[in-house]
Amino acid sequence: MFWQLDLAVLTLVVFAGIGSLMIKDLLGAGILFGAYSFLMCLMWTVMGAVDVAFTEACVGAGVSTVFFVAAVFRTTRRTKD
Amino acid sequence: MEDIVQTVVAKYNYWIYITLMMLGLYAMIAKNNLIKKIVGMNIFQTAIILFYVSIGVKKNATIPIMQEVHGHAVNVAAYHNPLPHVLMLTAIVVGVATLGVALAFAIRIYNQYKTLEEDEILAQIRTREEQMGKI
Amino acid sequence: MKIIGLFIVVLTGGFLIYAAADFPAWGDPNSPASLHVSPYYLETTVELTHVPNAVTSVVADYRGYDTMFETTVIFTAGVVCFFVLRALGRKGLREESQERLYRHVLTGVTVRVKAGGKIPESSDFQRIDVSWTPPDLIIKTICRLLVPFIQLFGLYVICFGHYSPGGGFQGGVILGASIIVYAISTDLRSAVQRFREKTDALLAATGVFIYAGTGALCLLLGFNFLDYHALAPILFVDRVMARSHGIFIVEVGVGIAVMSTMIWIYNVLASRGHYDEGL
Repeated sequence: MFWQLDLAVLTLVVFAGIGSLMIKDLLGAGILFGAYSFLMCLMWTVMGAVDVAFTEACVGAGVSTVFFVAAVFRTTRRTKD
Repeated sequence: MEDIVQTVVAKYNYWIYITLMMLGLYAMIAKNNLIKKIVGMNIFQTAIILFYVSIGVKKNATIPIMQEVHGHAVNVAAYHNPLPHVLMLTAIVVGVATLGVALAFAIRIYNQYKTLEEDEILAQIRTREEQMGKI
Repeated sequence: MKIIGLFIVVLTGGFLIYAAADFPAWGDPNSPASLHVSPYYLETTVELTHVPNAVTSVVADYRGYDTMFETTVIFTAGVVCFFVLRALGRKGLREESQERLYRHVLTGVTVRVKAGGKIPESSDFQRIDVSWTPPDLIIKTICRLLVPFIQLFGLYVICFGHYSPGGGFQGGVILGASIIVYAISTDLRSAVQRFREKTDALLAATGVFIYAGTGALCLLLGFNFLDYHALAPILFVDRVMARSHGIFIVEVGVGIAVMSTMIWIYNVLASRGHYDEGL
């Protein structure tokens, strides 16, 4: 596809990555990580890697986010870092 | 000046992938919270997968599912390279398995030390060792 | 630590960006990654295996050895999660969360039963989680209606991996997600009752066994390991279709293993190993 779309999605990917690392709420970090996974899936679809995008959509934006939320539920939600 | 612009336009996406990788690496080293370290590990993994998939792209090519062309030979330059896709499929699923194991360890550590911050855990271990050493 | 980390990261990033000058240009069809083996895979995938999806044929046939060990890694991850939280940690975890909460359905009174106490089995009392919320009819009904369709889609994705994007991994994760959505919308206990832990573990092992067993069967019939030509006399098809069917059998094995492992890891994580209270 054209490079403007590529650059826009890449910028959003970097912001989602930085956001999920700097936020002080661990549940928010997990959800932002799910958004990061979904944007990566978009990048790979744009590049023509449909199998990889399908796997990342199920595994990253699906099951991985559920694992994070389950782990945060069972430990603590606050962090100082 | 033209040279620099040319270089930037040709290579900027590699630079962004490297930035993502370094973001994940920095999070693994410098963050104190265990869940943030695990998030950093996953960011590192997906950035590497992005890099590998991007080197298999060909200009004006389509997805690597063969169209019906009977009788003609397959035009290899019309399909994206499937080999990085295969390797990265394995990498993604192994990544989620590793994520499950890492989160199980984080829950176990929280059960024992009642905190997820690395410096507090190290302080508790040190006081425990000092007590054991004194006994 | 942060300064050391920053220094290491900047140094590594600098080296990598300097090395990026040698990378092939974007979209170059003659880059080294696309020149040596992958033209062979692209040219021969339809004529040698009758599978149009080049990624499926490479993952399950040309590079099937890799995928077998990947399935083993997924199964091992499930076993490790089970051991870390459920089998070996029992002594430390046994003191806490032994009291159970029951709710009288007609009046809404909550009864707290301490460790070792018993409550008579009657339909007036139902067991609730510590973090109980009133049951939401919309979520429960919609999730119950969705589960068979999710499973049907998961089976479709496994079976049509030959012709469209999909395959064993994606279909297995979707099948596992159907049970996880049932466990989230109702209780973890009711989901575990329908899909018990022993079934889960045995199914995961069966998935790996199907994959490795197909390879061993090819070995026993006189060909190489994971050489699906050997299955032609068993399946009564010609040699090329036997490779296509062999790919399908190993994808089913992978799908079963991945489904069971996702459900297993979710159950262990969401209940901290106790299997009584979930998300």
